[in-house]
Amino acid sequence: MSLNFSRDPGEMVKLLPKSPTGIVGLDKITEGGIPKDRPTLICGGAGCGKTLFSMEFIVRGAIEFNEPGVFMAFEEKADELAVNVASLGFDLEKLQAAKLIKLDHVYIERSEIEETGEYDLDGIFIRLGHAIDSIGAKRVVLDTIENLFSSLNNQAIIRAELRRLFQWLKEKKVTTIITGEKGDGTFTRHGLEEYVSDCVILLDHRVTNQISTRLLRVVKYRGSVHGTNEYPFLIDRSGISVLPVTSLTLEHEVSTIRVSSGIPALDKMLGGQGFYKGSSVLVSGTAGTGKTSIAGYFANETCNRGERCIFFAFEESPKQIVRNMTSIGINLQDHVKNGLLKFHASRPTLNGLEMHLVAIHQMVEDFKPQTVILDPITNLITVGSVSEVKTMLIRLIDFLQSEQITVMFTALTLNNIVNEQTDEGVSSLVDAWLLVRDIEFNGERNRGMYVMKSRGMKHSNQVREFVISDEGLNLVDVYLGPEGVLTGSARDAQRLQEETGSVLRQHALTMKDMEIDRKRRVLEAKIASLKEEFDSVQDELNKSYIEDELRKEVIEKNREQLIRNRHNEE
Amino acid sequence: MSEFSGPHDMDDTTRKDDRYVLRLFVTGASTNSVRAISNIKQICEEYIPDRYSLEIIDVYQQKKIAESEQIIALPLLIKSFPLPERRFIGDMSDTNRVLKGLGLS
Repeated sequence: MSLNFSRDPGEMVKLLPKSPTGIVGLDKITEGGIPKDRPTLICGGAGCGKTLFSMEFIVRGAIEFNEPGVFMAFEEKADELAVNVASLGFDLEKLQAAKLIKLDHVYIERSEIEETGEYDLDGIFIRLGHAIDSIGAKRVVLDTIENLFSSLNNQAIIRAELRRLFQWLKEKKVTTIITGEKGDGTFTRHGLEEYVSDCVILLDHRVTNQISTRLLRVVKYRGSVHGTNEYPFLIDRSGISVLPVTSLTLEHEVSTIRVSSGIPALDKMLGGQGFYKGSSVLVSGTAGTGKTSIAGYFANETCNRGERCIFFAFEESPKQIVRNMTSIGINLQDHVKNGLLKFHASRPTLNGLEMHLVAIHQMVEDFKPQTVILDPITNLITVGSVSEVKTMLIRLIDFLQSEQITVMFTALTLNNIVNEQTDEGVSSLVDAWLLVRDIEFNGERNRGMYVMKSRGMKHSNQVREFVISDEGLNLVDVYLGPEGVLTGSARDAQRLQEETGSVLRQHALTMKDMEIDRKRRVLEAKIASLKEEFDSVQDELNKSYIEDELRKEVIEKNREQLIRNRHNEE
Repeated sequence: MSEFSGPHDMDDTTRKDDRYVLRLFVTGASTNSVRAISNIKQICEEYIPDRYSLEIIDVYQQKKIAESEQIIALPLLIKSFPLPERRFIGDMSDTNRVLKGLGLS
């Protein structure tokens, strides 16, 4: 009675073992791959990539996971297959020679076959069994086993035999992929999903507005959690890549490192240091306001720091951008040569939105840039609705932020009114938003720039005039006067006018000074003469006073004399 | 191959003098296999006695042959001569179809 039920449930529950497909992204969605030692159904319409998908499973298994695989083709001949997948860089001949892969083409010509009674499909069992045993296969692909239904008449036998086959494959302990053509309202034309109930993956190739998108969905995965969305996938030179779900949580690391925008005056507006590393910057404005130039400067600055940058151009060719940028004094060609700058130019209509996203993902993963520029995102609207573009950009921003990559978008606004809902609705997503706008005044068009927002830093609230010259970009303080904001030649005129005014004033001032001086001198002269007058009056007065004194003295003397004389006479 | 019959072998009375070259692929002693063997033997003895060769091959014993001969359904009878090559699957119980396929009906 030593049963212990209080154990950690994680220990008791045996998780479903999985077999990684090696297909980028799919293993993330399925959290590890497809069910090990069990059959998985991959279904979809014609040309949706079923064969390629299963072939990649086999090849990656052989190369990356050391699990040899058998590919049983009911549709294509082995050599045709080899040629078809050679474009993805899979060398089937070599893998076959190395006994890592076994291709077997099952060929049935209905017209050559006469059914004469009861039969079974032991032939397939024997062939498959032999193939598996000969290379020790762990993986098997049956592509597309449904062809049996069109080659043989007795459906009941086929169904019974398929059921037996899948059971047998499980017992053989091989991970199997079965492909099936999508039927009307069912996953497969002949209901294969009845027999393969562990994992069903649906591939779709959808064309909307003449633009095709490949999508993948895990319809069913018994015994495992899995992503349930439709995920876009891309078939390119390196095979299939499924876009993994971007984290929907907002948990990415943030950086306090600042990166310069390449325009010192703009950095000054942004608290003196520029953008945060890993932030998203939106530059929006009307046509011809210099959005691409700002982006070019940013790219240039990034490369000057010795960091890498990818420039996704949706409007201009790389050469055009390089040429245009030399006109404002920056040389991007050198950075391209040094391998720091990479251009990727494509028309938005080349792919669906999701494909662009996948392409961007791939390039970013390969090139590992510190800065990504998208110029302009507005054009993406031609291949999707506003909300689609927005979700795509959200995912892109999420992805780039998690990689600590600074991203700069440019967007074209179609009117001069500062529209809060503008720019594909990304304005609320981005960390910094620079607005470049026309200021049409006085018969000329000038550019004004201001920082609409910049999260987490002090930023200027002022409109700066944005000047593009041979020397490059610069921001000039606009003239703020009684007549409002003046830019361009009006600003220059105003400055001249001010200078004239000051000269005149200076002149007027000197005139007044002289006048005052003269007045003062006149006054001083007057004061001097009055003083003279006063002195003379004073002298006059003094004179009579002294005379009086003298007279008085003389009289006194005389009187004394007289007195003395009288005494003497007595 | 020796199946190409020389003029000296030819029976002048009939055009249907070709030798039949038949190969029957079976899987061990399964019910279908056993039935197919007895059925085809019976048909041959009845319609083309003495001018057929029947080779019975157990695919379990020669697994490689399954791929090289494009074997899917079993039992399988291949008529390689006279041309055109025909394939029959099943236990050969549908005699009419077998005869039609062999060009004997």
